[in-house]
Amino acid sequence: MSTVSTRTAAPHAMDSAITREDVESFLYLEAELLDEWRLDEWQCLLTDDAIYRVPSNDCLDGSPEDSLFIIADDRERIRQRVLRVQNASCHAEWPHSRTQRTITNVRIAKVDGPLIHVAANFVCHRFRRPRRSYQYVGSLRYVLVHTPSGLLIRERHVRLASHELGELGSVSFIL
Amino acid sequence: MTERRPYIVDDPARGVFRLNREVLVSDEVFRLESERVFGRSWIYVGHASEVPNPGDFRARIVAGRPVIFCRSDAGDIRCFLNTCRHRGATVCREASGNARRFHCLYHGWAYGNDGHLAVVPGENAYPESFARGELGLRAPARFECYRDFWFMCLDETAPALIDYLGEAAFYIDLVVDQSPSGRMQVIQGTQEYDVRANWKLMVENSVDDYHLPSTHATWLTYMANSGVDVRPKLDQGLVLPARGGAIDLGNGHFSTDNVNYRGRPVASWIPLYGELAKAEIADIKSELVARLGEERAARVAGTNRNLVIFPNLVINDGSSVTIRTFYPTAPDRMQVTAWALGPVEESASARARRLDSFLTFYGPGGFATPDDVEALEMVQQGLSNWTDDPWSEMSRGMGKPANEQLNSDEHHLRTFWRRWNTLMEAS
Repeated sequence: MSTVSTRTAAPHAMDSAITREDVESFLYLEAELLDEWRLDEWQCLLTDDAIYRVPSNDCLDGSPEDSLFIIADDRERIRQRVLRVQNASCHAEWPHSRTQRTITNVRIAKVDGPLIHVAANFVCHRFRRPRRSYQYVGSLRYVLVHTPSGLLIRERHVRLASHELGELGSVSFIL
Repeated sequence: MTERRPYIVDDPARGVFRLNREVLVSDEVFRLESERVFGRSWIYVGHASEVPNPGDFRARIVAGRPVIFCRSDAGDIRCFLNTCRHRGATVCREASGNARRFHCLYHGWAYGNDGHLAVVPGENAYPESFARGELGLRAPARFECYRDFWFMCLDETAPALIDYLGEAAFYIDLVVDQSPSGRMQVIQGTQEYDVRANWKLMVENSVDDYHLPSTHATWLTYMANSGVDVRPKLDQGLVLPARGGAIDLGNGHFSTDNVNYRGRPVASWIPLYGELAKAEIADIKSELVARLGEERAARVAGTNRNLVIFPNLVINDGSSVTIRTFYPTAPDRMQVTAWALGPVEESASARARRLDSFLTFYGPGGFATPDDVEALEMVQQGLSNWTDDPWSEMSRGMGKPANEQLNSDEHHLRTFWRRWNTLMEAS
């Protein structure tokens, strides 16, 4: 498995405070890895207990314990999801969708020791042959961990702005 | 003028069943279905648990019609066409909530949650002939329920819902029997997504287990990686890990009826649920046995089923329970709505397990449903060749006795098409 270079993943040592620019660089790196389907490298950005969640459009503030989500992955299911979408038998993503993400409105909401709560907005354009395009719009909520080797993702919540999934169809890739 | 090709060719003596692909692409068929299929069948509207309190409402599209599914102040579950009697605007514009009145934004007419016309601004300008009492919200011709599942029918002359469901009621009972009190509830969080394919392909896909090894290869890999034995029983002539039947329930309804090999929150443990879940799942199983007896408990927990109530209600009772309904907006487009269903008295940990298990397979982010959607959309794209390649082959399993029809055969699919054909050929 390849790893993310230290230069991009570890902009700061523990002793310096994380700035919004650091967080932006980190999120841009993540977006690049996802858009380029470098999913093994993307997984190197996750803590061993990372979660990835996409709530249902009509229940954005629910919990997966009491509400039906679209995606509610623990670390192991993220691993299995990556295996799945890299498999040529994952028909919904083979050939791979082309995606292009734009990350904006990045804010550090709260710093709690090594934990950094981050909010951002995103637009993710997804294209599939023939002539099919989808525009996923929403907000991101992260809990990042500031570790000696750089920032890591502990929680990754993707909230879609649309009232229903509708024409977007599926969330078959890593959104 | 040449005679129209039949919709289906059904010749059991020769072992031939073919489907005219025109029925999956034609604007004319789409238009006729609205009247002859959706206009005459019982159509699922909602579940009683979605409107637990007086004034609760859900506004949704059912069979292409905007409707309000609500509970009146008197406590009755009602269904109204979401259309102002004055000029026709929808009078309920929120997806859900609680309201004593439904207000039309246009001229301010307002209706009670029992449908009566309560407010007409400037009513004195109307002539004496104005019959306010006759201008309540219109209701569908029929609105009936079976075990908290509410259906509407636009045909006044239709049989009662219980007679329409017929043998399918047995399979609904098997699902509802998961609940000690016999009460299930729709869990919050709705999956609403479009598929660029004909709606009848979703009917087929919901019960067709022949597609599982190919379409869902990555789900099988996921299950295998987690420790579930998903090897097909080839020596028994099966393409799947366990035997399953295909059941014709009459009136166009049908179900698969499968020996379970997958995880089921009631009550088949798999390693994905974790060691801690073993004790609670054993307790759930014990409760089933105590309440229902060994045989019935084994039926509820140890078998799984995908049930279709003709034409467009699917209840999948597999890795979890999902209610799924869908309606065409064009010959090559449908809107799908899916919910999770669970026993009302379920513990927090069992509920969480049910919802997590749901996501291992079902839904737009599940490990299987997105590949179904892709398969249906690829069928629809390929069907553009229908004029030059006009027939789909659907004879799998044909000629075997009904009790030997497998879930990987096409007996149940033929059941659907025969009923659909009967309705469409009736003038």
